[in-house]
Amino acid sequence: MNSWTLVLVQALNGLQFGMMLFLFAAGLTLVLGIMNLVNLAHGSLYMLGAFFAATLQHWTGSFLIALALALPATFIAGAVIEALVLRTLYVRDHLDQVLATFGLILFLNELVRIVWGATPLYMSIPPALRGAVALLPGVEYPIYRLALIALGLAVALFLYVLVGKTRLGMLIRAGASNREMVEALGVDIRLLFTAVFGIGAVLAALAGILVGPILSVESGMGDGILILALVVIVIGGIGSIRGSFVAAIVVGLVDTMGRAFLPSLLAAVMPAVIAGAVGPALASMLIYVVMAIVLFVRPQGLFPVRSR
Amino acid sequence: MAEALLATESLVKQFGGLCATDRVSLEVARGEVHALIGPNGAGKTTLVGQVTGAIRPDSGRMFFQGRDITALPAHRRAHLGLARSFQISSIFLDMTALDNVALAVQIHQGHSFRLWRNARADQSLRAPARATLDQVGLAARADVMAAELSHGEQRQLEIAMALASAPKLLLLDEPMAGMGPNESQRMIELLRSLKGKVTILLVEHDMDAVFALADRITVMVQGRIVASGQPSEIRANEEVRRAYLGDAGSPR
Amino acid sequence: MLTRREGAICTVSMAALALVPLLAAAAGEPFYIGFVARIMIFGIAAVGLNFILGFGGMVSFGHAAFVGLGVYAVGLAVHHGVSDGFVHLGLVVALSAFAAFVIGAVCVRTSGLYFIMITLAFAQFLYFVGVGLKQYGGDDGLTFRGRSDFAAWLDLADAVTFYYFVWAILAAVLFVVYRFVQSRFGMALRGIRSNEQRIQGLGLPVFRYRLAAFVISGVICGIAGALLANLTQFVSPAYLHWTRSGDLLVMVIMGGFASVFGPVLGAALLLVLEELLSSYTEHWQLLLGPILILVVLFAKQGLMSALPPAGLQFKIRGHG
Repeated sequence: MNSWTLVLVQALNGLQFGMMLFLFAAGLTLVLGIMNLVNLAHGSLYMLGAFFAATLQHWTGSFLIALALALPATFIAGAVIEALVLRTLYVRDHLDQVLATFGLILFLNELVRIVWGATPLYMSIPPALRGAVALLPGVEYPIYRLALIALGLAVALFLYVLVGKTRLGMLIRAGASNREMVEALGVDIRLLFTAVFGIGAVLAALAGILVGPILSVESGMGDGILILALVVIVIGGIGSIRGSFVAAIVVGLVDTMGRAFLPSLLAAVMPAVIAGAVGPALASMLIYVVMAIVLFVRPQGLFPVRSR
Repeated sequence: MAEALLATESLVKQFGGLCATDRVSLEVARGEVHALIGPNGAGKTTLVGQVTGAIRPDSGRMFFQGRDITALPAHRRAHLGLARSFQISSIFLDMTALDNVALAVQIHQGHSFRLWRNARADQSLRAPARATLDQVGLAARADVMAAELSHGEQRQLEIAMALASAPKLLLLDEPMAGMGPNESQRMIELLRSLKGKVTILLVEHDMDAVFALADRITVMVQGRIVASGQPSEIRANEEVRRAYLGDAGSPR
Repeated sequence: MLTRREGAICTVSMAALALVPLLAAAAGEPFYIGFVARIMIFGIAAVGLNFILGFGGMVSFGHAAFVGLGVYAVGLAVHHGVSDGFVHLGLVVALSAFAAFVIGAVCVRTSGLYFIMITLAFAQFLYFVGVGLKQYGGDDGLTFRGRSDFAAWLDLADAVTFYYFVWAILAAVLFVVYRFVQSRFGMALRGIRSNEQRIQGLGLPVFRYRLAAFVISGVICGIAGALLANLTQFVSPAYLHWTRSGDLLVMVIMGGFASVFGPVLGAALLLVLEELLSSYTEHWQLLLGPILILVVLFAKQGLMSALPPAGLQFKIRGHG
């Protein structure tokens, strides 16, 4: 592969990563924007989705069945968590929410370790999506990853229609910018919350399930993506799905391509030894630099929703 | 004629489609009590916000003691001698009344990068703070938590904090708000005692207070000034009577 | 806040802490000397975090990064043959102050939720830098032999000497933080937490005070890290992991964030709890999670208010 095909491949990887980030971050930003809830345990729903799907695929041999059953299973788990813990946090300040959901993460990570053991589980790509396809002569790219990109776009489109064109969506948009007003209009806010939380939980689980065949399924897998998602939300603007879409793609591309190309770019201008040591560290720094720049210019993110 | 202490020149502020400040040119003379009245939504608080620097005007200029302060940040204007009290009491609820005023004195005195001496034992802070509390009539409540003061006392504390910086111009945003007749009377006495010592721009709905205190009155309706002059002129002004004074005395 | 009651609790506790090595030796259980030293070290870090959290209203989810910087500063110095304690001190203070200044300059402009998330992000970034340092063990970390040499008579390799050294530093940090809190700077900081808009209107340029407090807090945590390196003889990115920042937050909340000394109690509570629970089961985090949730929901004021006599029930305005 020449260098341009490498760029193309890495760009696609970045796009795919960004799509999965978007699925995860969309739910987080909705819950935060509408319910004013910092839910660090969102990553745990991602993890649970992956674990349910991995186990189901192991039992039934079918990715599709695993996907179809794991989503409602995670939804139920999310509902239980919401009813037991999260519900009491809506009226609390953000510090309380952070600490309590942090406690949830500790609990759920350990629970998963007890139930499934400490060794990672593996999922296999469904047979229909295995293999690679030639995008250009001599450039092959995994079909599964292309499917993820397509799926991510489909979900983005679905959310766009849902939020922009339906009554529920209108309530969501209204609730994101002025919750008190929505309540004053007589909308049952609890139902709205449940709907929003449910959408978020399913999206997180979906991201976890889809990513399962690519990464390993293990306890604590939600923590890393949680932090990336927080960066996405900060850049995109709290409560804005459009913002998290744009930001997720930006973060996905910057992170993936930065890691792929920065070390070699540096090696072109400085001794290889230093480039080798500094390169990876700088690459992982890139998205935080982007975040810092965005915040400097627009402290409320790219597409702020709330009139705070 | 003496130079105006505060002068605004065609200030404009729009919020979306609403013009809150519509080419307002206002002058406050040194030493006077200038009342700003008008119905709710006339843009009085928005104007005060622009003068203190909390809100940026879309166009127009402002001058304080002849100096153009239009671009000056809020905390710098405070040091020039512009002090403000808030329509809804904005005090430090988790500190005592004395601590509240002492903090205002402390900030006025300069930077707070002093990290060692006990601020509560510092007489250069405590003494002026007590004096100011005394001036507003809160001397007996100095060690009470601000959250536990009565509404009227909190309004008094508001004024004390604004006074603590020995301001040249005091912007009072509805100091009478929510007060019963006794408290209002006390507040009017307090403000009367300040007349001449400090220039006051008073935003108020309480017409008794306005006519008892004001040297000049400016009337705003829907972001524009419709009349400005001596209290007797304003009382006699037909337009003003129709638009606003007909509602005089009705509770907010 | 800074009541006589708190002073009494602090004095009694510090006196009790001073007796620990003697009691441990008498009971033939030297383990506790190292264990309580560890509690005091985290107490120092928690006091540092509380300076900006309890008094400044800034909730940082990334302060483990400064502890970690302190650990690395000492560990790598010793690894490269530098064991002069004063050089270590200089390195630690310089490194943590610089990092806190840079990170603070970006973070402090935000507040509330954004601040929590950004401090978390920056700390995690430093964690990944640590993981990327392959020459120092990366993910696995690196053990080193050697302590900070301050003077010939101060042998920090001796457990009891080290214990009293930490005790002395804890006492010094508590004293200094106490002075800072009741100084003009402290009043300004508390005013910022209490009503930022008002204090800005009074004429205080908020940003520089927040930043200064953030840097002070970072340096204190860095010092804790340096002590930790001397205790464990081990550097690892794990010290910077965001769950360690979570631990610090938990210590501050459990101990009582309205006081200077409270966080030390919180550190003791958390570490003792971990020790107790892990002796019952290796799955102790299963219990710690719910305990934390219950504390947050029902005992928000922390240990400081719960100890007799009943203290000021103090509503600090929520954040966010």
